[in-house]
Amino acid sequence: MPKQQANWSPYDNNGGSCVAIAGADYCVIAADTRMSTGYNILTRDYSKICKLADKCVMASSGFQADVKALQKHLAARHLIYQHQHNKQMSCPAMAQLLSNTLYYKRFFPYYSFNVLGGLDNEGKGCVFTYDAVGSYEKVGYSSQGSGSTLIMPFLDNQLKSPSPLLLPVQDAVTPLAEAEAVDLVKTVFASASERDIYTGDKLEIVVINADGIRREYMDLRKD
Amino acid sequence: MLAKKGVNPPSFRKTGTTIVGLVFQYGVILGADTRATEGPIVCDKNCEKIHYMAPNIYCCGAGTAADTEAVTDMVSSQLQLHRYHTGRESRVVTALTLLKRHLFNYQGYVSAALVLGGVDVTGPHLHTIYPHGSTDTLPFATMGSGSLAAMAVFESKYKEGLTRNEGIKLVTEAICSGIFNDLGSGSNVDVCVITKGGKEYLRNHLQPNPRTYTNSKGYSFPKKTEVLLTKIIPLKEKVEIIEGGDAMEE
Repeated sequence: MPKQQANWSPYDNNGGSCVAIAGADYCVIAADTRMSTGYNILTRDYSKICKLADKCVMASSGFQADVKALQKHLAARHLIYQHQHNKQMSCPAMAQLLSNTLYYKRFFPYYSFNVLGGLDNEGKGCVFTYDAVGSYEKVGYSSQGSGSTLIMPFLDNQLKSPSPLLLPVQDAVTPLAEAEAVDLVKTVFASASERDIYTGDKLEIVVINADGIRREYMDLRKD
Repeated sequence: MLAKKGVNPPSFRKTGTTIVGLVFQYGVILGADTRATEGPIVCDKNCEKIHYMAPNIYCCGAGTAADTEAVTDMVSSQLQLHRYHTGRESRVVTALTLLKRHLFNYQGYVSAALVLGGVDVTGPHLHTIYPHGSTDTLPFATMGSGSLAAMAVFESKYKEGLTRNEGIKLVTEAICSGIFNDLGSGSNVDVCVITKGGKEYLRNHLQPNPRTYTNSKGYSFPKKTEVLLTKIIPLKEKVEIIEGGDAMEE
């Protein structure tokens, strides 16, 4: 009798893609709103974007149950921080908190692929990108999720990521205007929806700048 | 019984596609979506899944694209030779038998799930053929990963003696159900109407999925790689040229 293998997994992949782009005085964070399992759609209207602090927003794709638990944990930690320090957490501070939270569960990870976006203390845009266990890096732009392999090369091409071999080290924050960055995000998601079956339905775009936080929606392919 | 002994039945994966067929008042109508996938990526947004078998017989194919193409092309050739031999119009049951014999011989390794439909001297016929070689004869049928979504529509709305327009509308609705609710199916609807009089191949009968956003200004792709170092090393200096050596032996 062949050996029986365990076939129950605590994880599931709900699909979807997220993107964040940092500008000189703004930050754009976007994600599609499709939640799926296997070949089925669970809902066409699920937000993967969560506001963690006044100037700090996180978009996550992967297993949404783990994402929801992670968001709750971070929100609770932020509340404690506000009580203790009488101020909001800055984006770089939240970035490190997220990394530590993810590594805490190194041996039973949150199946959550995150991208954090916001403004730093000087009002300049910043984006942090993560893997599932907390390895993070400050970058000028990033994408995660099922469509990231389709999106990332196009962003690399358009946002002129300078070669890390050149010295002095150049900041990858894009010189594009806010409207152009939003336009780029719309194009990128329209293209990803054409070729990735898990990306589609609707696009949610969040823009953070000195005036505050603004939300915008766009329809994507529903097939 | 086998499960008790620890032998689980092999799980099968209905690959991305929605294909349907139904019998209406004057013949059969076949329908299919146009998305071809390689895992989670769409490799062809507008492929043709309704294959020609004979002037009066068409076949929709789901499963491995190479297998459906190869098996329908092969049987189509065999049917043509048979027409020359017999001097008669091909019959749907002939195509059915040729296909099922081939698939059974390969014990399911030729991964082709087909919806075969046509009209011959005996009347209109609609069959489903499974990869292992079994067949069903049905008034309406669906196959592929979107088959459940499409069958839900058929089971609710099908009735005998549909008119041509009613039939096309129902087939389109069933394929759309697969396109929007199944991630393995998508893009456009292809329809094929076969009657005693002839056939009507409606390629891209419906296109409900246009591209959602196109930037008006477009994008430019300038040369990206930065020049880090410019150094020219003449290669001739690295090679010693010996004049007048032996010619190579034949």
